[in-house]
Amino acid sequence: MMGSENADGFEETNLNATKEDMENLDLGVDGDDDPLKKSDVNGDTSNSGYRSAMSTLSNVGDPLSPPPTVMIPADSDPLLAPSSYEDFRSSFSSKPISSDNSYIEPPSYADVIFSPFDENSDSEINGADDSSLHSQFSDSLSRSPSSSSSDYIKITVSNPQKEQETSNSIVGGNTYITYQITTRTNLPDFGGPSEFSVRRRFRDVVTLADRLAESYRGFCIPPRPDKSVVESQVMQKQEFVEQRRVALEKYLRRLSAHPVIRNSDELKVFLQVQGKLPLPMSTDVASRMLDGAVKLPKQLFGEGGASAVPVHEVVQPARGGRDLLRLFKELRQSVSNDWGGSKPPVVEEDKEFLEKKEKMHDLEQQIINASQQAESLVKAQQDMGETMGELGLAFIKLTKFETEEAAYNSQRTRANDMKNLATAAVKASRFYRELNSQTVKHLDTLHEYLGMMMAVQGAFADRSSALLTVQTLLSELPSLQTRVEKLEAASSKVFGGDKSRIRKIEELKETIKFTEDAKNVAIREYERIKENNRSEVERLDRERRADFMNMMKGFVVNQVGYAEKMGNVWAKVAEETSQYDREKQNS
Amino acid sequence: MESTTEQPRNISGSMQSPRSPSSQPYLSVSVTDPVKLGNGVQAYISYRVITKTNLPDYQGPEKIVIRRYSDFVWLRDRLFEKYKGIFIPPLPEKSAVEKFRFSAEFIEMRRAALDIFVNRIALHPELQHSEDLRTFLQADEETMDRFRFQETGIFKKPADLMQMFRDVQSKVSDAVLGKEKPVEETTADYEKLKHYIFELENHLAEAQKHAYRLVKRHRELGQSLLDFGKAVKLLGACEGEPTGKAFSDLGTKSELLSIKLQKEAQQVLMNFEEPLKDYVRYVQSIKATIAERGTAFKQHCELAETTKLKEINLDKLMLTRSDKVGEAEIEYREVTALLEIL
Repeated sequence: MMGSENADGFEETNLNATKEDMENLDLGVDGDDDPLKKSDVNGDTSNSGYRSAMSTLSNVGDPLSPPPTVMIPADSDPLLAPSSYEDFRSSFSSKPISSDNSYIEPPSYADVIFSPFDENSDSEINGADDSSLHSQFSDSLSRSPSSSSSDYIKITVSNPQKEQETSNSIVGGNTYITYQITTRTNLPDFGGPSEFSVRRRFRDVVTLADRLAESYRGFCIPPRPDKSVVESQVMQKQEFVEQRRVALEKYLRRLSAHPVIRNSDELKVFLQVQGKLPLPMSTDVASRMLDGAVKLPKQLFGEGGASAVPVHEVVQPARGGRDLLRLFKELRQSVSNDWGGSKPPVVEEDKEFLEKKEKMHDLEQQIINASQQAESLVKAQQDMGETMGELGLAFIKLTKFETEEAAYNSQRTRANDMKNLATAAVKASRFYRELNSQTVKHLDTLHEYLGMMMAVQGAFADRSSALLTVQTLLSELPSLQTRVEKLEAASSKVFGGDKSRIRKIEELKETIKFTEDAKNVAIREYERIKENNRSEVERLDRERRADFMNMMKGFVVNQVGYAEKMGNVWAKVAEETSQYDREKQNS
Repeated sequence: MESTTEQPRNISGSMQSPRSPSSQPYLSVSVTDPVKLGNGVQAYISYRVITKTNLPDYQGPEKIVIRRYSDFVWLRDRLFEKYKGIFIPPLPEKSAVEKFRFSAEFIEMRRAALDIFVNRIALHPELQHSEDLRTFLQADEETMDRFRFQETGIFKKPADLMQMFRDVQSKVSDAVLGKEKPVEETTADYEKLKHYIFELENHLAEAQKHAYRLVKRHRELGQSLLDFGKAVKLLGACEGEPTGKAFSDLGTKSELLSIKLQKEAQQVLMNFEEPLKDYVRYVQSIKATIAERGTAFKQHCELAETTKLKEINLDKLMLTRSDKVGEAEIEYREVTALLEIL
């Protein structure tokens, strides 16, 4: 039977193929972005938008992908035919986890009864009829249309290795782990279709994240994996390294899924440049303080031109920088904003923004909640499957026992009937396991979006800090102005001019000019960030809605399909044992 | 060995419908209407036991009495004593957990099991003629209480004590006399059956354990679907259309599914797990009978030994023509009588 052959073939391939081959998480371009794909062993694109699913599924290592048209008629779906009892028994006992998942065809219900959702929003991709069915299956299948013309970029993180820092100290450098980062892409920016690798360590990733944060203020930048505060011993443990590898991969894929960031110089450099990462490193607080301390006396004592904020620095938030004085000023400003009686000169007046922020906060709460419930649902499904299987096994043992020790023939007949029940239970258990692994993938969308909510917060924070800078500068101007006026008034009283005062006035006027420039730059920056915020939030909303719709569809299709499968199994047993019911009714 | 697994589940009134021509003898019982009586620690559940019969030994076509769990226990123990060798239908367990004792589910499970218990007795060709059964089904409550106290009060203890003494005695005498372990009654077939019963209990018990867990899993899945549905609905409220509506629908359906799952859990419990448990109990009851048989056999052997000894003694005494003869004769007769009874 074609189905089982394929299944076997697939299982083998699956087990032998490397993770890299299996992780086909290609991302569509042309504005069809979904930064939240989850990659996994079987290249399941369950989280992808219709668009991405259509355009980007790659065919690597997939012996099973029949051409799309095969899927339409329900009966011809070969993998749907339930395997024989023996298959289930053996597979049950050997527990092949790797075979559970995306390559299992969705149940016939999806074909026949499940009518496609609105295609309108997504018909832009594929006008073909089979796209509707195709897209339904895309959640549980990884199949690509043979003509994939859209751009893609695929990043894989692999091959962690221990390396030693070269150092002058006698103790020797400390060891750290590097990862191989392989990029496969056909984007023109990277020089057409190509594949290349670099080795990076986690510190480099931190640097990348920081530089991106500076360059792309106001954007929803996916959050990078956490730094870990653990001992170096733990750092080298297999589990930890693997966790981190997975996290890095997810992060880089999300970055490359972002329509703007994927084209950033920082990312390009990170992915392509061999050897040491040529991005300025982030400095830690201590060295910042040190430098800041050097600046401080000058600023405190030299009230002259040096007190102006260097204009170019205005485009960065004060907190991350070295300018302590600016830090203090802005802090003072924020305090006065919160506590002071007077209204700051420029206020976050955009009601829409405030509402949006509020909404985002609510949304985040709900996503957290839903994500938690999703996890416990997955656990409950898993438990159900396990217990069902154990029950089946217990009955199989009982059946065997009865058959062997039977003193009467009636026992043997009963035992046979029991066997049917046991088989059904084992089958149902297997279905639950399959269902659950699919469910995990679908509901993972919720977890993914938690990360994105953090990114949104970051974007909003950029806006707030830019505004604070503007406010600070704006509030400085009037006081500078008054000082000039006072001095002018005082100096005008002195006959022949007051040389020192005049000098001071000149300096102050310089400062005012600088501050004005800085203020204008800051305002421009603020506006720019506002615009980034707006477009990013809009993009995020769009994508999130599409992703959630997809998630729900996938989830429901799965539930329905497997419920149908299980229902059939139980119906069959009921049929087989219906004689008892008849007997009972007759007696 | 009686094969009792073939008995149909739903046997209340299954012998004959009470409306059939009264020329056919029938006896049908039902246990209904659990009611909580008493207060605090002394609280208990009482059941209505309705007997419909046309048997001559019974009063009237219908009789209703009130019984409690310990009355059922009394009946079972009496039958076990009187009808040795017969498999007495099992009783539902005493409840270990205090909290659970008055939960609706437990009460219903117990009621159903008690109903089946009494009906099995009523249908049993030998047990149904038991006088104790008649007492149980007919006696008024005070009489029943009296009977019950008698049993649980003084009666039991001496019997138990006697048994203990006998056991110790035989063990000691074995040790002293350097006897090997007393011969157990065995034939190949009997051994096989014993082994079968013991193994069967294990298998059934394991199956029942998993069945019970399955019920729990159903409930858990139902609960998490419910929570999931609620969470999803809230999430939908944050999103605009059409996502919001989709979430809302998903949530509603999840909640509906959850209800269905709870129902299913209940069904699995009553129609699958409970019957399984019943079979486990039945096998345990069979084991108890087997054990009794074993004990009886042992006693039989011992008495046979004693009888032989006494016979030898008697012969000796007869030869020596002592006055002890009379005594010995009496003892001999007593022992032989006991032997007969066994």
